[in-house]
Amino acid sequence: MFKKDRWIEIIEVFNANPFRTFLTAFGVFWGIFILVVLLALTTGLRNGVSKDFGDFATNSMFMWGQGTSKPYKGLPKGRRVQFKLEDAAVLKDKLPQLKFVSPKGQLGGYNGANNVTRNEKTGAFTVSGDYPEYIEQQPMDITAGRFINYSDINEKRKGVVIGDGVVSSLFDVGEDPIGDYIKINGVNFMVIGTFLSPSSSGGNAEEEANTIYVPFTTFNQVFNRGDNVGWFAITAHDGTSITELKPRILEIMREQRTIDPTDERAIGNFDRSEAFGRVTGLFDILKFVGFFVGGLILASGMVGIINILLISVKERTNEIGVRRALGASPWNIRGQIIQESLTLTIISGMTGIAAGAGVIWLMNYALSQSGPVDNFANPSVNIFVVVIALIILIISGISAGLIPAVRATQMKPVDALKTE
Amino acid sequence: MIEINELHKSYQTGANSLHVLKGINFSVKEGEMVSIMGSSGSGKSTFLNILGMLDEADEGTYFLDGKPIRNLNEKVAAKYRNQFLGFIFQSFNLINYKTALDNVALPLYYQGVKRAERTEKAMHYLEKVGLSQWATHLPNQLSGGQKQRVAIARALASDPKVLLADEPTGALDTKTSYEVMELIQKINDEGKTILLVTHEDDIAHMTKRIVNLKDGLIIDDSIVTQVRADEAQRKAAAHV
Ligand SMILES: Nc1ncnc2c1ncn2[C@@H]1O[C@H](COP(=O)(O)OP(=O)(O)O)[C@@H](O)[C@H]1O
Ligand SMILES: [Mg+2]
Repeated sequence: MFKKDRWIEIIEVFNANPFRTFLTAFGVFWGIFILVVLLALTTGLRNGVSKDFGDFATNSMFMWGQGTSKPYKGLPKGRRVQFKLEDAAVLKDKLPQLKFVSPKGQLGGYNGANNVTRNEKTGAFTVSGDYPEYIEQQPMDITAGRFINYSDINEKRKGVVIGDGVVSSLFDVGEDPIGDYIKINGVNFMVIGTFLSPSSSGGNAEEEANTIYVPFTTFNQVFNRGDNVGWFAITAHDGTSITELKPRILEIMREQRTIDPTDERAIGNFDRSEAFGRVTGLFDILKFVGFFVGGLILASGMVGIINILLISVKERTNEIGVRRALGASPWNIRGQIIQESLTLTIISGMTGIAAGAGVIWLMNYALSQSGPVDNFANPSVNIFVVVIALIILIISGISAGLIPAVRATQMKPVDALKTE
Repeated sequence: MIEINELHKSYQTGANSLHVLKGINFSVKEGEMVSIMGSSGSGKSTFLNILGMLDEADEGTYFLDGKPIRNLNEKVAAKYRNQFLGFIFQSFNLINYKTALDNVALPLYYQGVKRAERTEKAMHYLEKVGLSQWATHLPNQLSGGQKQRVAIARALASDPKVLLADEPTGALDTKTSYEVMELIQKINDEGKTILLVTHEDDIAHMTKRIVNLKDGLIIDDSIVTQVRADEAQRKAAAHV
């Protein structure tokens, strides 16, 4: 029949009992609003924690030497374990699943004693001896010049790559650091590159910004480290889990360093993948809870709408009897009730989604005003989830209408008319 | 116009069966004005509802304007109700959130008539019952007599073959009753077939034929001289 007339009929029905219309709509609105906000909050938490985790390659581990806890092959207990450069080659040789085995050396530290000078300026920075691969493990944004390369390594060049924190401490605004010299522990190095620590490095960002990268070979020579390695940053190829390789790596290293195979304490390690997995696992649970709770609230909104529609159709049974006496066909009646409930669910659902989006926008706005907040960043909702929620809304809208509509048209008109 | 043969109807209430109509034979020609009388519970409403296709008979045949009314699906029944029948109820049965005009226009809506034309026709019928100034009023702003007039206008709106009225004056005082009857008589004068259920003698005598129901059967069916409602009213006024 005429679409516009049907709409006029529906608006009349909504206006006939505005309070009930509002109540019905509010159940759905609230359900989807809570769902969207809950999901945005869990995503925000997850994003925040992942951000604090930094953007170091996930499938990685760090490994360093500690003291032995057992005597072995005549060597005493409590001996300090010192990694050597050759260990890297052995590891890569025995475990081809490893993508990078980066030997690292470190000197001083951010917040430590002043160790770097340029003219009158001084500062305390982390000085790190590294191989060129390291930038693949720890992404950084090279803003000028370049990162360490193999010519630097082979020729033991005295070149450094410095973070933006180092630049701002040692150089004046507008000065170009590239090609200029800085002194580390009294030794002159030329600046060959600068980098911006990615903002997503989270908690480590500040330390990152105050780091100076030196070619590993130069580092060992200048600071008299021989072929010692401070620690290893190891990344496995995609498709192999570093956590599964870890026992083998430790086994090889114990053999290399003459450590009792059962000495668990001699070598320290941090499995980034496992730690990351634990955190993301926690957030998977949190997300599930978000879905579950939000879904339940949405479902109760739906039960509410069906209930209210059932009551309202019951109250309108007499009216439906009158309409049928005047020539309304069952499908006309059903169609109208279904359209009523669909309109109500879709409008209130959309409003709920819009309000949820508004809250997300407000959260993001507040974050952008206040600056980064610990453990919370970029709350958002997957558009796919919103679409699914909308489809659920539409389906439940149809059934919310269909149930009372079928009930209303199944009885004889005379019985409908007798209902008061 | 209406042909009824051996019509039976029983109600099932739990284990009991109440045989309300026990073989009704009845016919109405075009333009007639018939009242159905009987004591309360004699089955008058049941009978009228079956005629109006709001209820179904258990047995018997029913032809309305030559068409067999039997086992119709709801869609066809709805169409027939819309085209052939106009209903007037004791309790008016107006839709309370619709204006008088929209109530009258409702059968036309179900007929698929366009809005402008609907409004025009509905207005015409409201004028006919003398309520054109009340078009935009809601039912609760109208008196009982006015409500019934709106209901009559609504029943006429789709220009049905037969008007069916179940105690149309049952909820009205005598004076208003007579006014409503005057209107119904006028409609009949214009040729519309009217069936009216009442248990009041004076109302029945304002029709042209009285059918008496008792124990589920027609015990009397006779032509009467029609008492004009306007005269009856004048007489009643003179008495006071
Ligand atoms: N839906 C129903 N179920 C059971 N009994 C009914 C039903 N409708 C009417 N009756 C019974 O049928 C009889 C006739 O009712 P009705 O046709 O309304 O009588 P009237 O209109 O003459 O007063 C009454 O005894 C009434 O109680
Ligand atoms: Mg009755």
